[in-house]
Amino acid sequence: MTTMRQAFVRTVNEELDRDPRVAVVTAVISSNEFPQEHERVIDVGIREQTMVGVAGGLALTGLRPVVHSYAPFLVERPYEQIKLDIGHQDVGAVFVSIGGSYDDPVWGRTHQSPGDVALFDTLPGWTVHVPGHADEVTPLLRQALKDDNRVYIRLSLHENAQAHPVGEGFTELRHGKRGVVVAVGPMLDRVLKAVESENADLTVLYAATVRPFDSDGLRKAVEETDHADIMVVEPYLEGTSAHLVSVAMQQIPHRLRCVGVKRHAELRNYGTAEDHDAAHDLDVVGLGGAVRSFFRG
Amino acid sequence: MRRIPELFARMAGDEKHEWAAASTIDVLWVLYDRVLNVTPATADDPGRDRFLLSKGHGPMAYYAVLAEKGFIDESTLDGWTSWDSPLGQHPDRVLVPGVEISSGSLGHGLPIAVGTALGQRIGGSAGRTFVLVGDGELDEGSNHEAIAVAARLGVANLTAVVVDNDSAMYGWPGGIARRFAVEGWQTAEVDGRDHEALFAALTAPHDRPHAVIAKIERGD
Repeated sequence: MTTMRQAFVRTVNEELDRDPRVAVVTAVISSNEFPQEHERVIDVGIREQTMVGVAGGLALTGLRPVVHSYAPFLVERPYEQIKLDIGHQDVGAVFVSIGGSYDDPVWGRTHQSPGDVALFDTLPGWTVHVPGHADEVTPLLRQALKDDNRVYIRLSLHENAQAHPVGEGFTELRHGKRGVVVAVGPMLDRVLKAVESENADLTVLYAATVRPFDSDGLRKAVEETDHADIMVVEPYLEGTSAHLVSVAMQQIPHRLRCVGVKRHAELRNYGTAEDHDAAHDLDVVGLGGAVRSFFRG
Repeated sequence: MRRIPELFARMAGDEKHEWAAASTIDVLWVLYDRVLNVTPATADDPGRDRFLLSKGHGPMAYYAVLAEKGFIDESTLDGWTSWDSPLGQHPDRVLVPGVEISSGSLGHGLPIAVGTALGQRIGGSAGRTFVLVGDGELDEGSNHEAIAVAARLGVANLTAVVVDNDSAMYGWPGGIARRFAVEGWQTAEVDGRDHEALFAALTAPHDRPHAVIAKIERGD
């Protein structure tokens, strides 16, 4: 089986040959996956601030840099460089992370990044993709490489059993009357299982692209239900998309339940991603409980 | 440089000597007058030289030079830092023709300059990148990432001009040039007020990144 990371590497290497605008900037992580002798492949060593600064400079000369690292080192450490060297320079780039929010919890808190999408939300003009399957990575990435905009693609080890069409807003995978659940990326399969296990009469929307947020798609789905009750299930900080749901639904009295990585405490536990899913109620059991309590009556 | 005091006065008011106190004015003048292969007509040419003002603080000297060289209309200087002026206390490349990077926060210009120089090389451009940093700014760790990377990647079309007016908090024992030299840069130390010396240093041939330390008397 191809992982999301493998799909990313393969697609970038194909486009490196095809498109003279494409460049790759890394800081050691994954650098052995790209042809180091290629003049548009640049590894800066373990220097993430410079990784982003160099990408900004390349973009200023008309190139299309792909910037890649483990999520906390791609987004959190050089956050000001993302804000200034990309955004404030008014240039574009394609940022691709692996590891978030907690793909490898044995490495502890230093390698977790549940706040990455929330950080991008502080900056204007970013498109954010959270694919849920390796086969969704290539079309999203190909389109991103063609464009000039600012794009963040968040790859994970955790996937749904099958890919869904991407690039056209939210996709309705289940239709119901009691309310709407938005499942982001790798959350989809467990959301569907939880809804089915609760026999809940819910619409389920799948989102592989969360920014821009498909407000029209959400409103339309809500209008076809009997209750304006919305649950958003995200694989990063709970409530990250709450402000966008509020804007989308401002003319419609509604209830909102946000599910995601809990904010209240730092878990000083190792274990597996499944252990952490359970701790954050992001497993089927936890999601079933959320569905049961929120869509009651 | 004859008109620089007059252009400065349009921003600074009547203080006649403020322009002379700007630590960067001589470096900027020599660059734009005699070194950089860029004019208002070629400001978007892929083959142009790029000048990146990393030390974006105190940009009056920069704006005055851009006005004198025709990148901006000198009447623009009058309302600087007002609501609808394109000229702020830190330059914004989106607002000011000829400004290559938006700067202000310290430690961003040199890493970006490594990227633009690499981009010029990749694009087969004859253009060079010059970046001006301050000695105080060198405290930022991001510069040291970039100093190391530029030399390792052999970015020979890059010149860093360090305006050294001795303002770094704890100084640079052994001198700033040594910091660059140990990483493999070619270096030169010159009087930052001496136009001929600056010109010679800024045009010296180099097959690796080049650091020109422009010394300015403290308090300047």
